Amino acid sequence: MGLWATYRLRLARKRWRARAFLKRRELRPFSNRTSLIRPTDILLFSTMRNEKVRLPYFLRYYRDLGINHFLIVDNDSDDGSREYLAEQPDVSLWTTKASYKRSRFGVDWLNWLQSRYGHNHWTLVVDPDEFFIYPFCDTRPLKALCDWLDASSIKSFSAMLVDMYPKGPIGGQPYREGQDPFEIAQWFDSGNYTLAKNKRFGNLWIQGGPRARVFFADAPERSPALNKIPLVRWRREYAYVSSTHMLLPRGLNLVYDEWGGEKASGALLHAKFLDTFAAKAEEELQRRQHYANSHEYKAYKAGLNESPDLWCKWSEKYINWRQLEILGLMSKGNWA
Amino acid sequence: MTVGFVMLCHTALDRAAQVARHWATSGCPVVIHVDARVKRQAYDGLMADLADLENIRFSARFACEWGTWGIVAATQAASTIMLREFADVRHVFLASGSCLPLRPVSELVAYLDERPRTDFIESVTTEDVGWTIGGLNIERFTLRFPFSWRRQRRLFDGYVRLQRQIGFKRRIPDGIVPHLGSQWWCLTRQTLSAILDDPERPAHDRYFKRVWIPDESYFQTLVRLVSSTVESRSLTLSKFDFQGKPHIFYDDHLQLLRRSDCFVARKIWPDADKLYGAFLSPEGGSAPAAEPNPGKIDRLFAKAVERRTKGRGGLYMQSRFPNLDWENGKTAAPYSVFEGFAELFENFEIWLGKVAGTRVHGHLFGPDRVHYAGGETIYNGAMSDSASLRDYNPKSFLCNLIWNTRGERQCFQFGPRDAQRIGEFLARDPNAQISVISGAWAIPLFKSNRNFGEIRREAAYLQKVEAEHLNVLRALESKARVRIWTLAEFVDNPMEPLQTIVDEISPRATRRLTEAPCMTDLAGFGQFLQNLRNQGMQPTLMGDFPVGDDTRPKGPARRGRPYLVK
Repeated sequence: MGLWATYRLRLARKRWRARAFLKRRELRPFSNRTSLIRPTDILLFSTMRNEKVRLPYFLRYYRDLGINHFLIVDNDSDDGSREYLAEQPDVSLWTTKASYKRSRFGVDWLNWLQSRYGHNHWTLVVDPDEFFIYPFCDTRPLKALCDWLDASSIKSFSAMLVDMYPKGPIGGQPYREGQDPFEIAQWFDSGNYTLAKNKRFGNLWIQGGPRARVFFADAPERSPALNKIPLVRWRREYAYVSSTHMLLPRGLNLVYDEWGGEKASGALLHAKFLDTFAAKAEEELQRRQHYANSHEYKAYKAGLNESPDLWCKWSEKYINWRQLEILGLMSKGNWA
Repeated sequence: MTVGFVMLCHTALDRAAQVARHWATSGCPVVIHVDARVKRQAYDGLMADLADLENIRFSARFACEWGTWGIVAATQAASTIMLREFADVRHVFLASGSCLPLRPVSELVAYLDERPRTDFIESVTTEDVGWTIGGLNIERFTLRFPFSWRRQRRLFDGYVRLQRQIGFKRRIPDGIVPHLGSQWWCLTRQTLSAILDDPERPAHDRYFKRVWIPDESYFQTLVRLVSSTVESRSLTLSKFDFQGKPHIFYDDHLQLLRRSDCFVARKIWPDADKLYGAFLSPEGGSAPAAEPNPGKIDRLFAKAVERRTKGRGGLYMQSRFPNLDWENGKTAAPYSVFEGFAELFENFEIWLGKVAGTRVHGHLFGPDRVHYAGGETIYNGAMSDSASLRDYNPKSFLCNLIWNTRGERQCFQFGPRDAQRIGEFLARDPNAQISVISGAWAIPLFKSNRNFGEIRREAAYLQKVEAEHLNVLRALESKARVRIWTLAEFVDNPMEPLQTIVDEISPRATRRLTEAPCMTDLAGFGQFLQNLRNQGMQPTLMGDFPVGDDTRPKGPARRGRPYLVK
């Protein structure tokens, strides 16, 4: 990578940061408890809209994992999410009615909050339907992972998105508030992912899974990216470029080994395909606030009308992280 | 007689205090050294915490940056206090603040009482160590290291390179034979005091102050001058990973640690409440007196290091994406590619599946869809049969298939009608066994009921595609096991090549092939080729087929299975 390309990436990073700085004006603090944050706390950042039904389990899951404080942007919910979150003692909440799309799908807002509150903290950026798992997550808290990453001088940790789905029609089993979504969406695709390297940012581009298989078989290049780097030892000069798929400086994207070895990595179990999905797809299609003119949702809607079942006979039933490790979707690396 | 513990602490002082208390209340004196970089307040807290115990001392504080002299200075100071203040100490045990005793102190004391003159210290000559990082063994003793390896890596490396270039060498003092070993030792009073009270000590110290990572060489070297019985191993269970940083123990290692029968382990994660609770409780480890046996833990950590450095061959995933030729196995397992066989033999796939006992697919790279074995539309790992998904990233497709089916050999058909992008990867993959009957693609054309002009055009196209593919297979970079026959050669003598291929696929089946696949009827094929020539196309890849109708190079008509091999 030449000096010129490096310089251009630097400019790009500055631009994203400036943009985040400007977008901060769109955020109104609703309940700011950030004074409770201690220097060693692990922070979770998220943007959401009308996710009340998911919130109780989401918060419980991440509290059990060892998240100390949640910093959440509420994008104009009207289902009571805002009030629910404001009551939580470990949640700081900002609200905005501004366009999700024009904040680059929440990235600008979160970049701002992270540079303001995340400096020198381990920060986890996830959507309310993403559940982070990592090697030994059943026996070691998140702090153990972060301490180990610190000791190994690793600044960012990869967790690929794994789409989970139920057997039978997506709307077949209703999701109750507080329920573990993976009691319903138990299945995943184990071995149909494609990888390519993004030369400019140095990250891997991963696609595949049930969405590519069912919705994007004819347009694979448009199928959603599954590579994610949600856990970062944040510094205020960092910036996410596109969702949590990639960051700048680009060294943070080098979460993979190129000389044959395996670095440690985790996964984000994606509980998108519940009965709430159809309604969400409908709403998002009308709001047109999603990536690339919501073509994802259009494809889903078309796909779901003709084939409502993502399950196939080679679907794998989720057991635990060790299973994903053996299947080769994540790795322990040299953490033992 | 008892054992005294020297503890070097720099973080998690509350845990260090807990362990110090455990030892002290079991009757073992403890001298604690706290890194000078620890804040006064935390240090005072530790002192106050342990103030009620009269057999605990605190030594003068040195800054203990990794790899520097400070650690040795701290050890010397604390050991001196230990020897001076506690006369009944016979063995001094060097531990860190993140060490955890795995067996009751009484067992350690008993163990040492049986070996009153033995010094437990790993001490290996520089020629024999394979574990030093940065490739520096003897050079630790002969170069200068004014820069920090952690903070000024570039200067550090540059200065080392410079010294190598100009041939600079420090003189190793007479009588010193450099030895290296684990920092954590257990020495007898006699040995330790001999090192500390040596009249030559100022000279030794002066020399070792400029050695890199002296805590792994100072005592390890000097012990050889004064001790009569060195047992070259550490009583502390401590494992290092490929970067030279210690592996950390967590709650889920409890059973492993219990079974190791080691006396002390490091490094323990400070928040591993279960470990601290289990091993510091009065009943503690209850195993009968046994020799330390860290074999299981060794294997666990060795596997982790291998996973990190070599990975799983043939796996491409979010944290393993090897550069070209660094894959350590481009694919996960051997597989076979057949080109032209399905055209020449009827029901070749079924036959092959039967004789070789493997999974035989059709044209995986077929232009219309992926032809999995048995006509499946979806396959292991939820792989789709969509041609566009496959062609989006053919390499990922193939590597996924081989990875998903590891343990079961895969065979598939390939030909010039298929998507060709994968060809180069196949040729470079040592796992690929590629068998080609060149020119066999003409057989379906020969059998087809199409206008000859059309056939001629397609024949020319397919010949061009296959010729390019064969060039790739024959290229110098080709690593696959490639065998190429012309159609004429193969028809002449089909059994021998088939036997070779099948033997390679299933080496354990020593039986000779008794059932041959059924060859398609080629009567008139020679004339067909001549017709192509007459139309101005030159079919070359089939080899020399005689034009004469039905007169095949050798013998009788070969319809059916006349050529069984006994």
